[in-house]
Amino acid sequence: MEVRVVNVRKEFERFPALHDVSLDIKSGELIALLGPSGSGKTTLLRLIAGLERPTKGAIFFGDEDASQKSIQERNVGFVFQHYALFRHMTVADNIGFGLKVRHGAARPRAQEIRRRALELLDLVQLSGLEKRYPAQLSGGQRQRVALARAMAIEPKVLLLDEPFGALDAQVRRELRRWLREIHDRTGHTTVFVTHDQEEALELADRVVVMSQGRIEQVGTADDIYDTPNSPFVYSFIGESSSLPVKVENGEVWIADRPIGLEAPHAPPGEAVLYFRPHDVDLLDGCSGCIAGTVAASRRVAGTRRVELEIGGERQRVEIELPIDHPAAQKSRVAFRPRRWKLFPAA
Amino acid sequence: MTTAPAHAGWRFRQPSVIPGFGLTLGFSLAYLTLIILIPLSGLIWRSAALGWTDFWALATDRRTLKALEISFGTAFIAAAVNVVFGTLVAWVLVRYRFPGRRVVDAMVDLPFALPTAVAGIALTTLYAPTGWLGKLLMPLGLKVAYTPLGIIVALVFIGLPFVVRTVQPIMEELDKEVEEAAATLGASRFQIITRVLFPGLAPAVITGFSLAFARGVGEYGSVIFIAGNLPYKSEIAPLLIVIRLEEYNYPAATAIAAIMLALSFAMLLLINLVQTWSRKRYG
Repeated sequence: MEVRVVNVRKEFERFPALHDVSLDIKSGELIALLGPSGSGKTTLLRLIAGLERPTKGAIFFGDEDASQKSIQERNVGFVFQHYALFRHMTVADNIGFGLKVRHGAARPRAQEIRRRALELLDLVQLSGLEKRYPAQLSGGQRQRVALARAMAIEPKVLLLDEPFGALDAQVRRELRRWLREIHDRTGHTTVFVTHDQEEALELADRVVVMSQGRIEQVGTADDIYDTPNSPFVYSFIGESSSLPVKVENGEVWIADRPIGLEAPHAPPGEAVLYFRPHDVDLLDGCSGCIAGTVAASRRVAGTRRVELEIGGERQRVEIELPIDHPAAQKSRVAFRPRRWKLFPAA
Repeated sequence: MTTAPAHAGWRFRQPSVIPGFGLTLGFSLAYLTLIILIPLSGLIWRSAALGWTDFWALATDRRTLKALEISFGTAFIAAAVNVVFGTLVAWVLVRYRFPGRRVVDAMVDLPFALPTAVAGIALTTLYAPTGWLGKLLMPLGLKVAYTPLGIIVALVFIGLPFVVRTVQPIMEELDKEVEEAAATLGASRFQIITRVLFPGLAPAVITGFSLAFARGVGEYGSVIFIAGNLPYKSEIAPLLIVIRLEEYNYPAATAIAAIMLALSFAMLLLINLVQTWSRKRYG
């Protein structure tokens, strides 16, 4: 089912949590809402589910205006960070709950509900545990049950709120791969919230980066990483360094020297240069480059990170050096970013 | 404390890292013996001195049986009423924010603190045929004071905090997300309450019920004022014991006491079993 969020605004006691957010989710897509805490990603998810009502705007499921419907009528599958399983019910009863509470002809027969629960249990690879109670399961198993329970009602959309947030790193990675498989097999339109960029970039077809109640950028992992469209996205996704610069005559300047980067379309004046620490060319001499003295250096896995102090202002930036690079304390290093972007000074 | 050999049929559960298991267990047992077991065994000892036939005659005396029936019956009904309304009160206190909530919360404990005789006198004044409420109920044919109904009213008053205070903390722990999960799965408000919330509260509700019930069976002070104490009609077993004592009929008093003890113990044991079962399922 295609989901469209149209100009949605949400205020909590006059404090705005979302400003005019619009988002189109294609049918069968796996979308990640990524952002720091307080960015409004969970609020957006809860609005889609109907657990919150928008202050303004509408949410469409297909052509239907879902914002007029109650949670019960929306038919969404929601998975909570802390599972929210019914602890007095067995695993099978948990999964069958959504079918059991239906009325009249919509409710399948008891046998059918049971058959369906076992089938889903098989899908989430927990066959044989149908008689257990949630307290007897591990965290990862509980989250699988929660997912099976959400899928039992044949939801139009599957919504997951930090589904792996409460699990340890090993289980997280495993479940991530597994969720992707389940999605590819069942084809549910799925939206999940995370603050873990690795999770978002690895798992999702498209990532929605959010900050302070707004959507900053929507795109594939490649779009988001390679062409960030705001300083926030640049610094939030992956590693980044930034330097205050000046644009003059279509060239980028630091203090009184051009650094060898051409920017013919940038408006002249103050700006901020962003680049990735690993995406730099090291230079020997310095005619048009960024040069600085090493202020600190640390070993990070297969590379060495050094902090450089640039110019009289002693601006600090980080770049990556090969392990065997002779840069030691106080020595000078010259480099030029290979890929970079200019944003107007804030 | 050394652990028992592995082949032993049953053994102590592995003590915690905090030392002093032997000391604390010994103290607890000595304390329980001194405070509870010795007085109670004295009671059984005294009634055992009666001999079977005498005991049986006293126990099956119609007045005794009637008094026991009234005591346990009214306590049961009062506890059941308290379960319903106590849970409701707890719900309101936990779920809603309204001015004066703290005052209401504090008021729930009043029956704990108030001397029961005061409660009895106050309720009697209210419900007597000439009292404020009694006057209004009289034309409806409802006579509260000096009837078993009056006993129930007094026991409801006394037992309310037991239910509220046992259910309230469990209710506070109820996870909002579980309700939301049920709602997204299509459960109506009513289904959420009956199928999700209430089963989770059941162990606490059963505990509250058994506490209110036990308290009701043993209650004396408030009841004797409102009950009217008519033999065969509104005379409770604890009062009958006092009457026998005042007649210097100690064997009869101890016999009734022993029966009450046995009945109470049996019922509490049963309730405890139900609770263990529900805790195992829902815990």
